[in-house]
Amino acid sequence: MNIDWAAIGQTFGVCLLATVGLVGLFTVGIVGTSRRTAVQGNGTATVTTAGSTAAAARFAGYAAFAVCTAAVGYGLYLITAG
Amino acid sequence: MEHVTLLIGIVIITALVFDFTNGFHDTANAMATTISTGALKPKTAVAMSAVLNLVGAFISVEVAATISKGIVDESGIQPEVIFAGLVGAILWNLLTWLAGLPSSSSHALMGGLIGAAVASAGIGAVHVDEVIVKILLPAVAAPVVAGIATVLATRLTYRAARNAEPDATAKGYRAGQIASAGLVSLAHGTNDAQKTMGVMTLALITGGVLAPDADPPLWVIASAGIAIALGTYLGGWRIIRTMGKGLTDIQPPQGFAAQTGAAVTILASSQLGFALSTTQVCSGAVMGAGLGRKGGVVRWSTATRMFAAWGLTLPAAGAVGAAAAVLAGQGSWGVPAVATIAIVSCAAIWVASRRKPVDHTNVNDLGDEPAGVVTDAVQSVSPPPARNGQEPADDDSATRPTSARASL
Repeated sequence: MNIDWAAIGQTFGVCLLATVGLVGLFTVGIVGTSRRTAVQGNGTATVTTAGSTAAAARFAGYAAFAVCTAAVGYGLYLITAG
Repeated sequence: MEHVTLLIGIVIITALVFDFTNGFHDTANAMATTISTGALKPKTAVAMSAVLNLVGAFISVEVAATISKGIVDESGIQPEVIFAGLVGAILWNLLTWLAGLPSSSSHALMGGLIGAAVASAGIGAVHVDEVIVKILLPAVAAPVVAGIATVLATRLTYRAARNAEPDATAKGYRAGQIASAGLVSLAHGTNDAQKTMGVMTLALITGGVLAPDADPPLWVIASAGIAIALGTYLGGWRIIRTMGKGLTDIQPPQGFAAQTGAAVTILASSQLGFALSTTQVCSGAVMGAGLGRKGGVVRWSTATRMFAAWGLTLPAAGAVGAAAAVLAGQGSWGVPAVATIAIVSCAAIWVASRRKPVDHTNVNDLGDEPAGVVTDAVQSVSPPPARNGQEPADDDSATRPTSARASL
């Protein structure tokens, strides 16, 4: 019997990192792009600071979504090439 | 020759029937949480999964007799043996569907083939080491790997989004979940439809219709793809209910984390040479999502029945396959006799399922699933659910009294 412990360990590590990483990134995307409504709801007093933070968060959000889309594309590639 | 052709025809039809049961048995893997979080309507979800399964059947060219390679010695295999193995796999798939339990269709197929091979050619026809390395070990590893990854991912996403409005984020989570579910469906089409193609090709080769090492003809690819897509579209609603609602209550962030964990695990494991069963990966991810949310409860009574079904899949499908192989080997009436018994058994299971039908209209109503003693005990010592608005109003299903009777 030849159990490939290295393959098991590698699979476990890659699955853990990729899952947590992707879910984390996607959450950054969701939070970043949805905060806009919350800021608008807060009124106008903090518009300048909140506005720039919101813009940064929104940019980070879109960047995170872009990485997630690329990951989906890579997944598609793995399936079709496999 | 006449006889051989008829037998091969029966084997091919049986393989397509198995493919069909494989489809509706495994719809839940991609779509159960997608349906229970409301990301897609039930009918839309199964239609999307069916299309992706069909596409998946066509996109990969790497088709081989994956299912028997290494585990059963192909050289001595007769069409009767393949037929008997398929019958064992079909009956086990239908029984677990009746019970609403997600179990691996691939394991059922391997179990059936192993049982049939042992019955007709003796224990020497099976490579026991390969069985342990390729089936038992992955079966234990799959839910653990996917489960742990999903627990951490669920924790992370709830923590990171704790200040965001749940209503605003739910939409994004649902969209992400659909993408992950689509990947799972596509991967399923490529893997599982190919297994049936492999079996059909093997039958054609053993019957002398195809030359050894021949590629599967287009009609084999097309019919296998269509059979799995039809089965997927039919939707194994009983299993969908168990996975989407029965194991734990799934909210959009959990559904996204679970489906992403499943997609990543399936793709990564098959790339890294340690292929894991889709069903076990998805079930593990769903349980991980249940454990990852504060106040989330996994119904261990349901999970235990599911684990038991996993453990039984190989021996049970193997026993039926072995019995079918013995009967089919009795003479020219053997195969028709097995076919008749199989058809009658399938009809009986279907009739039994009609007593408590589950379909797209009631798939999200958690019947009268008992919470179970363990679940109640866990819940009584768990912290109360996080009240940040993420809780749906009807989140009382986990606290159902245990007096409710289990329906299988």
